[in-house]
Parts: sequence; structure tokens; C-alpha cells
Amino acid sequence: MTKSNIAIELINVDKHFGAVHANDKVNLSVKTGTIHGIVGENGAGKSTLMSILYGFYQADSGQIKVFDKDFRATSSKQSIEAGIGMVHQHFMLVDNFTVLENVILGSEGGALITESLANARIELTRLAKEYGLEVELDIAVEELSVGMQQRVEILKGLYKGAKVLILDEPTGVLTPQESDELFRIFEALKNEGVTIILITHKLREIMNITDHVSVMRAGKMVAHRETSKTNPEELAELMIGRKVLLNIKKSKAKIGKPLLVAKNLEINNEQGLKRVSEVSFEARSGEILGIAGVTGNGQGTLLKALAGILPLTKGSIEIMGETISPKSRLNPEQLRNLGVAHVPEDRQKMGMIAEFSASETALMGYQNDKDLNQGIWLKKSLVKANCASIMEAFDVRPPNPNLMSSNFSGGNQQKLILAREFERDPEVLIIGQPTRGVDIGAIEFIRKRIIQMRDAGKAIVLISVELEEIMSLSDRIIVMCDGIITGTVNGADADEATLGMMMANALESPAEAKGAEI
Amino acid sequence: MTRDRRLSWINGLLLPLFNVLTAFIATGIVFLFIGVDPIEATKILIYGALGYDEGLGYTLYYATNFVFTGLAVAVAFHAGLFNIGGEGQAYVGGLGTALVALYMNPALSAWIVIPLAISGGLLFGALWAIIPAYLQAYRGSHIVITTIMFNFIASSLMVYVLVNVLREVGEMSPESGDFIEASWIPFVHDVLANFGYEVTRSPLNMSIFVALFFSAVVWFFLWHTRWGFAIRAAGKSNEAAIYSGINPKKIIVVTMCISGALAGLVGINELMGVQHRLFLNFNYGYGFGGIAVALMGRNHPVGILIAAFLFGILYQGGAELDFELQNVSRDIVVVMQGLVILFCGGLEYLYRPVLIRYLAPVEASE
Repeated sequence: MTKSNIAIELINVDKHFGAVHANDKVNLSVKTGTIHGIVGENGAGKSTLMSILYGFYQADSGQIKVFDKDFRATSSKQSIEAGIGMVHQHFMLVDNFTVLENVILGSEGGALITESLANARIELTRLAKEYGLEVELDIAVEELSVGMQQRVEILKGLYKGAKVLILDEPTGVLTPQESDELFRIFEALKNEGVTIILITHKLREIMNITDHVSVMRAGKMVAHRETSKTNPEELAELMIGRKVLLNIKKSKAKIGKPLLVAKNLEINNEQGLKRVSEVSFEARSGEILGIAGVTGNGQGTLLKALAGILPLTKGSIEIMGETISPKSRLNPEQLRNLGVAHVPEDRQKMGMIAEFSASETALMGYQNDKDLNQGIWLKKSLVKANCASIMEAFDVRPPNPNLMSSNFSGGNQQKLILAREFERDPEVLIIGQPTRGVDIGAIEFIRKRIIQMRDAGKAIVLISVELEEIMSLSDRIIVMCDGIITGTVNGADADEATLGMMMANALESPAEAKGAEI
Repeated sequence: MTRDRRLSWINGLLLPLFNVLTAFIATGIVFLFIGVDPIEATKILIYGALGYDEGLGYTLYYATNFVFTGLAVAVAFHAGLFNIGGEGQAYVGGLGTALVALYMNPALSAWIVIPLAISGGLLFGALWAIIPAYLQAYRGSHIVITTIMFNFIASSLMVYVLVNVLREVGEMSPESGDFIEASWIPFVHDVLANFGYEVTRSPLNMSIFVALFFSAVVWFFLWHTRWGFAIRAAGKSNEAAIYSGINPKKIIVVTMCISGALAGLVGINELMGVQHRLFLNFNYGYGFGGIAVALMGRNHPVGILIAAFLFGILYQGGAELDFELQNVSRDIVVVMQGLVILFCGGLEYLYRPVLIRYLAPVEASE
């Protein structure tokens, strides 16, 4: 009997976390030498499933076979021995170690590492040649670009003998060009017989590079498809169980006067490092200004300065008739009183307090509001009523102001934060990553609300790492790389390739792109 | 009852109760080791603390101090600060109280002198907390380190003040002269006698009502004012606080002042209520005891009242044990206190998984 060509087979794998049925009798078979995509909303159970494969969790019941052998891992070590390698969303690298040192980490061998370093060097050179994964071996990881760091993670897996590579949202931190490079590596790996499991929520990637795709919804595996025989609409529908509008229609922008004018901004981050320089732009009434860029290129710092959290070191911001400069700061509360709403990038840390009740999270930033206080008394009843009304307006579920904020799903937490900021009828909205970690149904809702605010004549500054989001919402797009503006384009004219080049600051004549700035 | 309610009952009531019981059982085992019958000891302890009016008076008198220091720790805790300087703040607060109570015009009415002397305690306690607070907020020195060092400084300062400044000429012991009579807070037995109720003398004085009053104030302040909201927000997340327009540095300073002020009230019970003079180490043990009280009371005023009462029982009952039993010394109180802290603080969640499994199991439908 010939060996079957199934690399990984899951039969009725079941996993509970308390009340949550994270994996409900999941079946999956992945063919050797293919690229298999797993899609699903946040919380659909993809990561749990992969963590079971990688030995972080143990399944409550069910059977797992890896290359036809029964498999039950209680640590990642066993998974590595079985030939499974994992590349996490957040890299597990030691920044100040060299590439070579990082690769042998965990398989150092004897008391002295000289020998294993030498062996690793030979092996890595071979792997790099075979798969087109060239990386300089003696450079500290912190000096590498994100794309290169990811290569190191992949090399680590291969060096440890992985025949199955699991990648969790690998393109989240990459420019489109870097993603393409990654997909080229996938092809090379596949040709050498490596099996790849790709977890993502980006349907475009699934369509482009996978051979098979499995869809998860609410802990269940709801469909298996051959990629060539499906389309993004069908997959999206399978993911959320109903039809969704991926592209939201919006009317033509009715652009009014500028409400926020930023001139030559220079901003340091919390650690005092210069992250933004020479940034100038305008946000006008009735338009959405999108700020694109790979995570960590100064957009987050800019957003915090616009919201009054970080001071400027140079330049000025004119906002609602007031001027912010290095000498005259406005704090977040003063800005809020001027009509500037801020939806922070980091929902969990900044936008809400997990242990607070929903009504208290809905109070954040407005605790001094005269409508909610009577003298020194902060009226609980009014706070709760206010929360209930904004919950209704934004369809936050469950609509219970007393529930602890952490007990809401990501999408509902985000809706609560948006409701808090939008329902005060601000004039300028500064919005960071409005749909990060939010399920598709809520994404549609949130984007519609943002467009509604635009149509109501508000000026909106939108920062997002999702290019697709920037492109579908923005009337105008500026691109940041390394703290400077590397390009400005009209929303209607934007295409992913140009934006990608700008995000990497690799456009032929960046000066020209800057010239287009208004 | 919904699961959420059950959970809050488990966390708020059952868990502390089980923890305290475990601490008592552990204490019982210690008793067995030193050859004391634990049941006999428990009887003495309970009777000594609660069984007759004088004992109960002492218990409540000790509890009053623990309420003040417990509230102090709790307020700081809500801002994410661990104030272990209650000992020093209580001590220096006592100096503030004493200065008013020694040097006010003796002809003034008690209705003026007592509030002023209380304010003196609040003010000096706050002042003693403000330096560590400033250092934490603006210089990054950790408040746990600075407050504990300030306890030592307070101790030295008070020795200096008592020996060189406040000690009366010709007096041998390091203590001040008598407070003016208008600053004396009446004993509860005297007040009750006015109404015709005879109870045995005990140090219990009307300060206990000050303690109850401040418990209510703390409760209202933390959960029903915008400042309380700001303190709790800053305590949970620095970033979220800044986002909400709250300045966490200011919060640190203000909260520590409130915390220190509350600790500074120990003096009114000890000095204005009982001794009517300032003397060495009147604060001894209450500052640290307050940490345990706040821990046990879950940093909530109601919990703190209960925990302070329990600690009052331990103090008074422990003194009785010392008196009644040959091979038990007063230090057994410290052992019991230590065990209570161990089980209520360190092993806080020991029974949680078991209690949840049996009393609030996960229901799939919810």
C-alpha cells in the first residue's frame, strides 16, 4: 500500500475554553506539497486550531494525524519533531542576536555552541540556495527589515526540519511588494514538497496563492473548497454566514473648508525618538483623508499628536480655530471640547478599560461633562442612560451598560468606542485602525458610519494598515514611510501597486510625489 | 441568580471568608505545635474580643485605627499605587494633630478645636505622602521604595521632635505635654453614660464615627465623582487615562495626598481620643496592618470595615490569650496576622476554581 499524500489530518477535533466552544468537531485534511488557506473571522477558532497542532493547547477530543502517524503534542518540541514549524504573527526572535544565533536557538546542542553554529551555517547556506531565502547570517535581527525577519522565522522552521509550515497572518506587517516576495518563497517551498498552511483573513491572498481553502465560522469548519473553484464573495459569505458588501458605495465628496491644517510637524514618540518629520496636510470638511503606511512608520505617533496625547517638537496644527505648537499644547480633553473625536489605534490599551463596565468605558474622556455631573456628584443613572442610548445607536451587543467591557467581542468593543466618539457630534474625527480585529459584519457597519460622518460634513483623518480599507474609504490618501510623507494620491486614482511603492518609499521620484501634496 | 452575580458573590464574600477560615485553621495548627488547645484558645480569643463590653470596646477601638489605614491603602491601590508608608504617614499625621491640640487657645470650643486638630492630622499625613508621590510621578522613583524609606525618616523625625522640641522641661520620657481639654474626643462610655447607659470603661471613643464617616466619603468619592473615576481609570491603564484627558502624574500626587491624609487620622483615635498627648510609636503596626485590612477588604470601604473589625478582634483577642495562657505571648497576634495576609493576599484565589466549579459552573446557554 502506498503512503497517502495527506500531510495533516484532523478528525473531530474539539476544544472548549470555559463557555467558549473554540473548536467544534473540526475536520481538516491538508495534502502534502500544497498551500492550504484557512480563513475565518476573528474568534472563529483558527488560531486555537493551529495552537493545538503546535502543542500549545491540547484538544479535548478528536484525533490528529501528521504524515499518517497519530499525533498528540503537549509541547511545541514534539510538534517540531513531527515536522511542524510555525511562524507567528508576532515574531519570536531575539532582537540583538544575529540571524545565525536566532536560528539555532532551542537546538544549541552541547555545552559550547561553536560547533552547532558552524553546522548551522552550512545548513542555512544550503537552505537559502534551495528555496531562494537569502539572508545575511551575521547581522543582528534588529537591523533587518520586517520582511527579512519573517524570512528568518521561516528559515528557523526549515532548519529544524519542518515539512509543514504554519503561518499566522504573515502579511499583516508587510508592504504589498514584500508580500509578493513572500508568496514567491511559498511557491519555491511548495515546489520542494513543503506543505504550507496559511491563516489569514485577507481573501485576496487566499485567491492568489492557495490551492485549497477551508473556512471556519464560530468554531466550526463550514466549508472546504478548491481555490480555483471559488470566489471571494462566496468565501466572505461562508465566513459570516450571510452576504456582505465588501466595497461600500459612497457618494461624491462635498468638500468644504479645512478644519485641520498641519504644518511641518515634527513629533517624538513616548520614548523621545523622532518618529515624524516635515509632515504637512489638511483635512477638510466632508472628506476622508486616509493615511497609509506599514505599521510603525510614524502614523501612530502622528495620530497621538493630533489627539493631543503627544506634544509637537516642531511645526503647528491649526484645528477648529485653535493653534497647537510646541509652545502651546492642547490636552486631549481640550481638544475634545473643541469637537475633535479620537478613536485610538490600540482599542484594548487606550480606547477602553477592560475591567470597567461598558458605561464607564463609554464615559472615558467625557467624565467632566456637565450633563453627567451634578456638582461633585457623577450621576451613575445618567452615565448608564447615556451608555444605553449610544449602544442602541451603534447596535452594540449585548446592550447592557453594566457588563464588563472585556466581556464584549472585539467588534462590539470597537462599536462602543466609535459610538462614544461619534455620538458627541464632533467636527473633526481622528480614527486609527477602525476595523482591526473586528469581524466582517461589524466592518461593514463601521465603514458605513464613517462615510455617514463624512457626508455630514465632518473632517476625517483615517489611519489604517489595511490598504484595502484606506482605498475603499478615503477621498484623498497620503502615504507615510519612515516618518515622512512619501506620496499623496486621490482616492479615486489610488492603486495598490503605487501605494505599495510609496509605502516602501521606492517611487522613482519621491520629490514629484511630494509635489502633488496640497 | 445569573452567573455574573454568583461570581461577584464568590469573589466578594465567599472567597475572603474561606481564606480567613483557612488562616484560622493554620493558626490552630500553630497552637497545637506550641501545646495549646486550639479550641480553648479560640474560645478565649472570641470571648476576650466580643464576649463582654470592655473587650468589645477595645476591639472597636483597635478596629478604628485599621479602618483609617485600610482606607489609606485602598485609595492608593485604586490609582495603581502601593502605599506602604501608612506607618509613617500615621505617625507624622499624629504630629499635625498634636500641634493643634497642644497650642490652640484652651478657651476655644471643642467644636472648633476638634475639627482643626483632625485637619492637622489630615494635612500632615498628606504632606508626608506628597514627597514620595512627587518622586514617583516626576522622577520615576518607585513609590514602594520611597514610602517605606519615609517610614524610617518619620520615625527618626518623631524621636527628634519628641525629645528635643515637644518634651516638657524636667520630663524624663519622650512625650509631649497634655493636649488642651477642648481637643479631647469623648469616650463612648462617657457619651453613653449621658444617655443613662452604663458600660465599662474602654478606650473606644467617638473617633469610630469619624472612621465610619470617612469610609462613606471614600466610597462616594471613588465611585460617584469624576475625580474618583479619574483615579480608577489611571489605576487601570495609564494610556487610557491620558487618552481620556486625565494627567496620571497629577493623579499620583493627589491620590497619595488623600491616602496619606487618611492614614494621618490614626492620631485622632490614639491621641485625641485616648492618650491626650503625643508619645513615641503610638502608630506602631497600624500602617502595615492597614495593608492586610485593605487586601482582605478587597479595597472596598465595606470590606475594609469588616476586615478592620476582624483585625480588631485579633488584636484584642490576642491580648487576652497572652494574659490567659502561659505559653502564648502577644506576638501570636503577629503570627495570626501573617497567616491572614498569606491566605487573603498571597493565596487569594486558592479556592476560586473549586468554588466556581460547584457554585457557578459554566452554562453553555449563557
